[in-house]
Amino acid sequence: MDLLELDGVSLSFGGLKVVDELDLHVKEGEIVSVIGPNGAGKTTLFNLITGIYQPHTGDIRFDGQSIVGLEPHQICCRGISRTFQTLRLFLNMSVKENVMAACYGHTKAGIIRSMLRTPGMRREEREIEELARKRLSFFGQRLMGYRWEQPAYSLSYANRRRLEIARATATNPRLLLLDEPAAGMNPSETHEITELIGQLRNEGGYTILVIEHDMHVVEGISDRVVALDHGIKIAEGSFEHVATNAKVVEAYLGLNTMSSK
Amino acid sequence: MSDSTPHGFHSTGAEGPAIGQDEWVARHAEVRLLPARLAPLEQRLRAVPWWAWLTLFVGAFCLFPIVEPSGYVRQVAFLTVLYMLLALGLNVVVGWGGLLDLGYVAFYGIGAYAYALLDSPHYGIHLPTVVSIPVVVVIGALAGLVLGLPSWRLTGDYLAIVTLFFLQLFQTVTTNWQNVTGGPFGILNIDPFGLPGGHKLATAHGGVFAVSYLYVALAIFVVVFVALRLLNNSRTGRAWRSLREDPLAAEAMGMPVNWLKLLAFASGAAVAALTGTLNAALYGNVFPLSFYFVTLITIYTMVILGGSGNQAGVVLGALIVSPLLEVLRDADKSRVLFFVALGGGLAFLGRRNRRIAMVAGATLVFGFVVHAIARAIDGGWVAGQPGAGGFAQLVDHWVIAPEHPARWIAPVAYVGVIAAALLCTVLSGIVRDIATVPTIYLGAFVWENVMLSKPDPARYIVLGLILIVLMVLRPNGLLGERRVEIV
Repeated sequence: MDLLELDGVSLSFGGLKVVDELDLHVKEGEIVSVIGPNGAGKTTLFNLITGIYQPHTGDIRFDGQSIVGLEPHQICCRGISRTFQTLRLFLNMSVKENVMAACYGHTKAGIIRSMLRTPGMRREEREIEELARKRLSFFGQRLMGYRWEQPAYSLSYANRRRLEIARATATNPRLLLLDEPAAGMNPSETHEITELIGQLRNEGGYTILVIEHDMHVVEGISDRVVALDHGIKIAEGSFEHVATNAKVVEAYLGLNTMSSK
Repeated sequence: MSDSTPHGFHSTGAEGPAIGQDEWVARHAEVRLLPARLAPLEQRLRAVPWWAWLTLFVGAFCLFPIVEPSGYVRQVAFLTVLYMLLALGLNVVVGWGGLLDLGYVAFYGIGAYAYALLDSPHYGIHLPTVVSIPVVVVIGALAGLVLGLPSWRLTGDYLAIVTLFFLQLFQTVTTNWQNVTGGPFGILNIDPFGLPGGHKLATAHGGVFAVSYLYVALAIFVVVFVALRLLNNSRTGRAWRSLREDPLAAEAMGMPVNWLKLLAFASGAAVAALTGTLNAALYGNVFPLSFYFVTLITIYTMVILGGSGNQAGVVLGALIVSPLLEVLRDADKSRVLFFVALGGGLAFLGRRNRRIAMVAGATLVFGFVVHAIARAIDGGWVAGQPGAGGFAQLVDHWVIAPEHPARWIAPVAYVGVIAAALLCTVLSGIVRDIATVPTIYLGAFVWENVMLSKPDPARYIVLGLILIVLMVLRPNGLLGERRVEIV
C-alpha cells in the first residue's frame, strides 16, 4: 500500500495556481525526488503535505487516512517530518536541545510532573537524551562531543543542515521530507549527503521524499523522480526517463526556438 | 594550564582536516564576561551549581533584616522580592516564550484584587489563606489563558498592542466599577495572611515592618524560582524556547504552538497573581493605579537589564533596579550616586583613553572656574541650598546653584543639555572634546537645580539613562546569553 497519496490536490494564491490537480504516490521505503525549476511549486507541495497550507481541492492521505485539515503538529505526530530549504533551527538553543525539543510529540510529562521531577519524567528525559545521542551520532563525530552543548548558531552551514535532519528524525517519523538537503554544500559534502540519504532509508527505515536541484544527488539516490513545472506534474519515472523527457528539458532550458524554426 | 583549551578543541585534530569542522566558530562563541586575565576565576564561578548560588543568595537575604533593623529598609527589601517574583513571571512569557506581553501588570492587579475580594470586609468574605492563595493563582492563570488567545493570530508588535489594551481595560474596569472594586478609592482593610491555626500574620510589630512577610515572600520566591528552573529544563521549557526561536519550525516538529503560547501566558500570569496576593496582604489595600504603566515599565526594565531569558539575570535586574529607585527618592543619596557614577564613569573610560581623561580633568577645572566667576559677580548665584553631608558641600563648591532660580532656568537648561548632547554626537575631534566639557557641566547643573527638586520624575529619567547606556554596552543585558538575530 502507498504510504503517502495525493489525489488531485490543487492550491492557488489568488489567481495563480501553485499546485494544479497533482497526483503523487509514495510507497513505503521508497526514495522519491521532486525536481523542477524555481517556482514550480515544490516547496508548496511540502507545505501542503505538512499542513502549513490547506489544499483547495483534492485529498492527501497518509497511511490510508486523510490528513487534510489537521494542524501541522498533529501531522508531525502521525509520522511526517521535514527539513526546511531556508534553515530553521532553534539557533539560540544547544545542539542537544534542538534534537530533544523535537521529541515533544512522543513524550508526555506535563508541567506539574516536570516541576516535581517525578521518576517517570526523569526516565523520559533520559530516554530522549539517549535518542538525541543516537540521532546525532548518525553523522559520526560531527555533531557529538563538545558540540553537544553548544548553541546551534555556532555551527557551520553544513553542520546546520545535518542538525536539521537529525532534528527531523527525532520526531520518530515514517516519512521524511527533505527540502534541498544539499543546497549550499561543496562537492564532497554533497557526495556525503547523497550517501547519507541512502543510509537514512536503509538503516533508519524512513521513506523519503526529497526536493533537490543537484542532478548528481537526484541520480544517486532516487528510486523514482517526479518533475513539476507551474504546479503540474510534467514527468514521472526513473531518473533516465525523466532527465531525457522533452518537457522537462523544456521546463529547465526553455523552448528551443532556433531549431523549431 | 593556559594552553589546554577548555572543551578539547584540538582533540578532534587527530582525524586530520575534515570537511565541516568549525572549531573557529565554536571558539568564537566562547563568551567572556570578565577580562582575559580573570578567566580562571570566571571558570570557577561558572562551575558553581545554580542551587549553591540560590542558597547563598537567599541565606544572605535572610540575614539582612537581622543586621539591619530599620523598618524602611525591610520594606524596600520586601518590595524587591516582589519585583524579583514579577520579573521571574515575565521572564516566562517574554524571555522563554518570546511573546511581547504588555498586559502583564494586569495579572498582578488581578491577583491583588482577587485576594482583596476574597479576604476583606468589602464583601465580608474571609477565606483562609491556604484556600484563597490557590484560588487566586488559578484565577490569574485563567485570565492568562484568556489574554493568550489573541497570540494565536498575532505576534510581535501587534500582540503587544492588544495586550497593552488589556492592561488599559483592567485599569478602566477597576477605576469605574465602583460596586466591586471600590473604584479609585480601592479596597481597604484587606486581611493579612493567616496561619492554619487561625493566627494572623501581623504586618507590623510595634509600628515596624514585620520581618515575617519578608520571609514568606522569600520562601515563595525560592519555590517559584526552583519550579520554573526545573520547568525550563523539561519538555515544556524546551518547547517554549523553540517557539521563541522559530514558531513555524516548532509547529512542524510536533509542538502544539498555540497551546504552548497559552501555557506561557497562564504560567506568567499565575506567578504575577501570586505576587499580587503578597502585595495586597502586606499593604492591606489595593488601588487601581498601583498596577499601571509605571510598574509595567519597571518590571520590563529589570528583565531587559538583567538579561531576558536568564532567570538569575532577571533576579539580578530586580535586585539592582528596585533599590536604585528607592535610593533615587532621596536627594542626598541620589546626588552621591549621580556624581559617583559620573566621576567613576569618566575615570574608568579615561584610564585607557587620554582624551577622555583630559576632558574629565578639564570639566573639573571648568566647574571651579565658573563657580568662582559666578560667586565674584553675585553671591546669590551660588547660594542655593546644599544638601546634608560633606559630599554635598563639595559639590556645592563646584556646581552653580542659584538661591532663587528664575522660572525660565529649568526648561532652558533642560532643553539646552539635550541639545548640547546631541550637538556633541555630530561634532568630531578636538571640537567635540571642547564641547563635551560644558555639556557635562550643564548636565550636572540640570541635575542639581532641576532634577533633584523633583525626585519622582527624575528617578525614572535616571533609570532610562542607565538602561540606554547598558543596552549600548551589553545589548543582551547583564547576564543575558549572547543571542543571534533570527531572520
